Amino acid sequence: MSKTFDEINQKIREGRAVVVTAEEIIDVAREKGAKEAAKMVDVVTTATFGPMCSSGAFINFGHSDPPIKMRKVWLNNVPAYTGIAAVDAYLGATEMSEDRGLDYGGGHVIEDLIAGKQVKLKAIGFPTDCYPLDEIETCITLNDVNQAYLYNSRNAYQNYFVATNSSDRTIYTYMGTLLPKLANATYCSAGQLSPLLKDPYLRTIGIGTKIFLGGAQGFVSFEGTQFNTEKERTENGVPTTAAACLALSGDLKDMTTRYIKAASIHNYGISLFVGVGIPIPVLDEDMIEHLSLSDEEICVDIYDYGVARRSRPNLGRVNYKELKSGKIKIGGKIASTAPLSSYARAKEIAEVLKGWIQKGDFELSAPVASLPKHKKPTTLEVRSKVGGSCD
Amino acid sequence: MTKKKVVLTFPAENIEQPITYRLVKDFDLILNILRAEIHEEETGRMVLELEGPDKAIEDGIAYLKDQGVDVTEAARDIELDIDECVSCGFCTAVCRPRALQLDDETRELNFIKENCILCGLCVKACPLGIIKVKF
Ligand code: SF4
Ligand code: SF4
Repeated sequence: MSKTFDEINQKIREGRAVVVTAEEIIDVAREKGAKEAAKMVDVVTTATFGPMCSSGAFINFGHSDPPIKMRKVWLNNVPAYTGIAAVDAYLGATEMSEDRGLDYGGGHVIEDLIAGKQVKLKAIGFPTDCYPLDEIETCITLNDVNQAYLYNSRNAYQNYFVATNSSDRTIYTYMGTLLPKLANATYCSAGQLSPLLKDPYLRTIGIGTKIFLGGAQGFVSFEGTQFNTEKERTENGVPTTAAACLALSGDLKDMTTRYIKAASIHNYGISLFVGVGIPIPVLDEDMIEHLSLSDEEICVDIYDYGVARRSRPNLGRVNYKELKSGKIKIGGKIASTAPLSSYARAKEIAEVLKGWIQKGDFELSAPVASLPKHKKPTTLEVRSKVGGSCD
Repeated sequence: MTKKKVVLTFPAENIEQPITYRLVKDFDLILNILRAEIHEEETGRMVLELEGPDKAIEDGIAYLKDQGVDVTEAARDIELDIDECVSCGFCTAVCRPRALQLDDETRELNFIKENCILCGLCVKACPLGIIKVKF
């Protein structure tokens, strides 16, 4: 038995669609079996809420009078990139403020904007006959600006890594604070709730897929940067390290700070917690096999971040149930484990999205194009010396 | 007589001297061990109240530092703005005594104050800056 996106949407419109979260489907499949579950359930909602560095916002400020061609832009003293049209800028979440360092940055500006706070805009122009102004300073709010939308180049990673540290000193990484001698290990995935782990071959998630993004409706815009389909997979099809990922976009004006939050990662940098929810249609029985994978069946590899090289030593493999127990064994030693991505908030997002679909406020969209079936990132080889030329 | 509360951080290598014994014997201090979290081959922590004349406390602390023990003033209290917490878990990575834990069921953060040794490590680990230390 199989269903199409159209049939499922028809059910959503009629208020007949059966929607469960990616956590609930595990029990449904266990009790009823895959065949029955596929018949019964129409949509499974997945979600994640973790720090996603490759996030940022495009802002079009609107034109001043007299107009300005912005050459350099700062928002609350955080530089934004404006080498595009006159009043467009891209504010990266990880950009640091010029006066508050790691305590405040692009992520915080984005959160402040969503919170409705006043933000100081400073711009230096490149005066021309059509854009005479050479400088501007004003206060803006999200309401005032012409457009502001989140455009994240790499979010919602399909699995990630477990990070630990074999060295003799505490290290500060994007995976949090790692204590010396394998004393702790951190991980960053919603496991059994995580979108791309539940559709590991990306059958239903592609360009144009409508999603929950930061509390608003958003879209998958493209494959994420460093998208990789060639990572090792366990027998159930799930990659054991960071593999596929998504570029996402959505209107900042519809988002809430409950699902978009700035993060200052100690001695590392600034990031942005992004709440993402993706509905997965139950097209047939085969999909249940992946949708019903539980934490215990989803594995992830452990890497030693104490070695600061592109290829870090692999120290083994664990599953998310073990990680959630609070302790794992690495080479005979016990390391305490800690997540960096909030399972509690991911679960909440899966519930919210489920509610939207049940109420008929959110229909599913079939991808307009698939994400690549085979793709692997290249690396950067350093060929010339600092200061050298490319000849 | 003065009382001073300090957090001692021991290196993972064993300390040769029986330091609490020495503090009592050589410096005539009254000791009150408030919390201790010491395991073999791991960085250990102890919250200690020292009581005695100012000079003896000063000398005692100097002796500890000499032994490779890191000595910092103990916080009076740790405050966590739980309404703002997203239950990410960053803080749980550094909290060895497991005062900060995620609930097994809800995966929401629990702060079990009785377990806290006031080391203050969670303050910087929280990416939202919602844990504050009070001296
Ligand atoms: S101060 Fe923070 S890290 Fe240290 S024991 Fe207390 S709660 Fe844990
Ligand atoms: S690090 Fe901060 S936000 Fe995250 S769980 Fe701990 S207190 Fe909550």
